[in-house]
Amino acid sequence: MFELLGVPPQVLLGQLLLGLINGSFYAVLSLGLAVIFGLLNIINFAHGALYMAGAFAAWMLLHYLGIGYWPALILAPLIVGAFGIVLERTMLSRLYHLDHLYGLLLTFGLALIIQGLFRNYYGISGLPYQIPDLLSGGHNLGFMFLPNYRAWVVAASVLVCFGTWFMIEKTRLGAYLRAATENPILVGAFGVNVPLMIMLTYGFGVALAGFAGVLAAPIYSVNPTMGEQLIIVVFAVVVIGGMGSIMGAIVTGYMLGLIEGLTRVFYPEGSAVVIFVIMAIVLMIKPEGLFGRPA
Amino acid sequence: MAMKDKTIDAAPVVQTAGMPRLHKIIFSLLLAGLIVLPFFVYPVFAMKVMCFALFAAAFNLLLGFGGLLSFGHAAYFGGASYVAAHAAKVWGLTPELSVLCGAAAAGVLGLAIGSLAIRRQGIYFAMVTLAFAQMVYFVALQAEFTGGEDGIQSVPRGDLFGLISLADNIALYFFVLVVTFGGILLLYRIVHSPFGQVLKAIRENEPRAISLGYDVNRYKLIVFTLSATMAGLAGATKSQVFQLSSLTDVHWSMSGEVVLMTLLGGMGTIFGPLVGAAMIVTMQNYLATFGAWVTVIQGVIFVIGVLVFREGIVGVLSRWLKKPL
Repeated sequence: MFELLGVPPQVLLGQLLLGLINGSFYAVLSLGLAVIFGLLNIINFAHGALYMAGAFAAWMLLHYLGIGYWPALILAPLIVGAFGIVLERTMLSRLYHLDHLYGLLLTFGLALIIQGLFRNYYGISGLPYQIPDLLSGGHNLGFMFLPNYRAWVVAASVLVCFGTWFMIEKTRLGAYLRAATENPILVGAFGVNVPLMIMLTYGFGVALAGFAGVLAAPIYSVNPTMGEQLIIVVFAVVVIGGMGSIMGAIVTGYMLGLIEGLTRVFYPEGSAVVIFVIMAIVLMIKPEGLFGRPA
Repeated sequence: MAMKDKTIDAAPVVQTAGMPRLHKIIFSLLLAGLIVLPFFVYPVFAMKVMCFALFAAAFNLLLGFGGLLSFGHAAYFGGASYVAAHAAKVWGLTPELSVLCGAAAAGVLGLAIGSLAIRRQGIYFAMVTLAFAQMVYFVALQAEFTGGEDGIQSVPRGDLFGLISLADNIALYFFVLVVTFGGILLLYRIVHSPFGQVLKAIRENEPRAISLGYDVNRYKLIVFTLSATMAGLAGATKSQVFQLSSLTDVHWSMSGEVVLMTLLGGMGTIFGPLVGAAMIVTMQNYLATFGAWVTVIQGVIFVIGVLVFREGIVGVLSRWLKKPL
């Protein structure tokens, strides 16, 4: 039995896996924030609340309509995305000519409303959501036990992150999107419907949050407060990575999840604050973020 | 050279010559009202309003006059509340010294966080301050001296200067009145000082302020520290009033509340934050039994405020009267 710095490998690998899971959520959520920020120039404070709404959408589909996990994985993000589009059309679009801070304040208010409503109707004790049959159980890898569902969460998040990166960096649609990020007026002059693009981008960004919510539902119980702590950590992740690059948001998300997992092994008391400490260090050394462009 | 210096300095001096008569009248009426208030209203409620009015006014110094949106002011409010409660309970300090300890601690914390946060602008600044405030929250949750989930309870009210007992609500009320009213007047003085004029210049046009030779980052750091200290003064006073300091004071929702108070009352106005604080605290008081609906209502006020009422109550009044309030 080998030990690393006095820590048994099962513990180490177990925590690293847990870190990777958290990192998956950080990556998908900060990716959504980065996509939205790129085009709309606002920070979506409601992202955590919409992540929670995604988990609730999956739970409601199951309990009221009998629709299971796999359809919910598609439907819940669509519902959340459609809701996001309504928010964008009715409220956010009125603020584009103002200071970007108003977008932050508006989405903060929306987050309060969404979280408050769910708390009124479902309490804060949390609702259970079963792991789908296909993914229950796990595999013994010899050196550690790997629950199937957790492996799936990591795989699914990597897939979605890669897909989003590919779409934005390598396709024609993505090229329009990147061009509109640089100069929306010029892109509009070329005949591209920029407001439509902004609307769909916001919808897509929050759909990513909804997707993360469905992934999270079987791991954490479905709870109205599940998004509020997470979103603040994701903000720190975004500050560390800088929102200049899509790949940067993804890599930073996974990396910080792993670092958090390692901290939980070697210095458990510090695990809640390690990401904020890293943020402080990054602000001192490279204020624009690891992947950010100098302002 | 002498000529140039004169033109730069001239403007602030003219604007800072004394307090406008309207402001003098409002402050006098406010003070007179506050002196008789505890005989009509439950003093603890009135003290809570005053603490939050000072908190919102301190926050407004940063947002309304410095143009910096901090989303983590609960860290200074709550941090000071813990330090003041600890000072009064464990070190046995008198109330005025406990409150000063709390405010000083908030100032140091503000200096530390501010020096990092001012490296980013705009929404990044807001996210950085929020994240550091969350870090303070986790420290408060885990540290020994804060009492974790329980907080610091049954803090003694003590004797002012070691002489006057503050156990009585009315006696405490006048202590709180002096501290908060004094704090608000101090903030008024800061806003209308040459320093405050430079702040407004930075808010309006940062590159231009830099080109005029102002060390913008130093101004930002000073105003951040001042705002944190005054927010701490409010939090420390609140811990003496309720004889309690708890995680609520450092929670992110507290940071949101102070933004809401300032937005509702009118950012960048003198009296707006006071009006906003009074309204929000009153609302929370009456709706306390409705649980999470308070959160929903606050969210709705946020949304309406941002969409159609960005000037705030006092901002609108000020536009009607065509006078700065």
